[in-house]
Amino acid sequence: MNGPHDLGGQMGLGPVTPEKNEPIFHAEWEKRALGVTLTAGAMGHWSIDESRHARENRHPVDYLSSSYYEIWIKGLEALLERHGFVTGRDLAKGRAVDPAATPKRVLKAADVPAALARGGPCDRPATAPARFKAGDRIMTRNFSPTGHTRLPRYARGKHGVIESVHEAHVFPDSNAHGQGENPQWLYTVVFDGREIWGDDADPTLTLSVDAWESYLEPV
Amino acid sequence: MAARVRALETILVQKGLIDPAAIDVIVDIYETKVGPRNGAKVVAKAWTEPDYAGWLKKDATAAIASLGFTGRQGEHMQAVFNSDDTHNLVVCTLCSCYPWTVLGLPPVWYKAPPYRSRAVIDPRGVLEEFGLTLPPQKKVRVWDSTAELRYLVVPQRPAGTDNWDAERLAELVTRDSMIGTGLAKEPVAA
Repeated sequence: MNGPHDLGGQMGLGPVTPEKNEPIFHAEWEKRALGVTLTAGAMGHWSIDESRHARENRHPVDYLSSSYYEIWIKGLEALLERHGFVTGRDLAKGRAVDPAATPKRVLKAADVPAALARGGPCDRPATAPARFKAGDRIMTRNFSPTGHTRLPRYARGKHGVIESVHEAHVFPDSNAHGQGENPQWLYTVVFDGREIWGDDADPTLTLSVDAWESYLEPV
Repeated sequence: MAARVRALETILVQKGLIDPAAIDVIVDIYETKVGPRNGAKVVAKAWTEPDYAGWLKKDATAAIASLGFTGRQGEHMQAVFNSDDTHNLVVCTLCSCYPWTVLGLPPVWYKAPPYRSRAVIDPRGVLEEFGLTLPPQKKVRVWDSTAELRYLVVPQRPAGTDNWDAERLAELVTRDSMIGTGLAKEPVAA
């Protein structure tokens, strides 16, 4: 979706403000927000792609005025409601009122280190040979899907070069919507800065995105 | 927000969906175990062992896993090496993708709109805000983390560290130098 999260190249958002000796968490609630998000995700009812879409699928005013942990919690509430674990009445009362769906699993404290060390690899066996090889010239597709995608707006309809071919990876555009993993070859595609931003771009700039095969057309 | 998060945790615990002790373990891991010291070890090893640097360039996931750093938000790794010609900078314009296994949790600025919007269009301006001015002829390469590949910048080894061992070198490797918003620290005359 052409949502508020797709920030590359937007202007007027102010300077970057690095914080000296930044703490890992700025408040106790941020620790719980991280933990609730990870433990709820560990139930196994939604993918990382669906959770990303739940976070980005917000009104721009809300998105841009929320801290990242706030965005996480708002996204998590949406996921929990969608999958039948929490209702609006629960949230309104601040305690469990309605029954919940049965989780596939519950992450126990003792299993956390192993679960985090395992992670969730997204590479999958390829079902066809890779269409492109390193050095190939490509053009990214120009599209505006209403659902989830990982091709930023600034990189659509642009000429680039395949720099490297990775494995086949889960395709977020379908997986975020429960339409299957549909693995596709993943490529690092590099663009000249002027191709993306025009003649005034920094002449020394190149930038890359990691792009799934269906985002690309040969030229 | 504190009340809202507390309420959500309460609801999930009351329904038996999450274990609150698991949250404590997660927080402890990212507060005390998984952080930029992991990445600094990787970089210092690459600086001192050419074979390891070669492996890291070719298969960063395996080379980093060999030091015990694996898992969530580091499942697929790529190391990008700064050189005399090129400076690398990592961003996630679409969300907050960051190599947790080697750098820990991302700082607030990395997840915030100013950095995400400007790193791709005005990287030199962003670097100035971190106090880093690149020579005009230095090429800038920006990596937008749009998939599940996570990038670790390997900064250049500072001059004057020829006889240093990896442990001492790791002290010079800052978190920002591994994102690309800084350089490795210069050695201070002892």
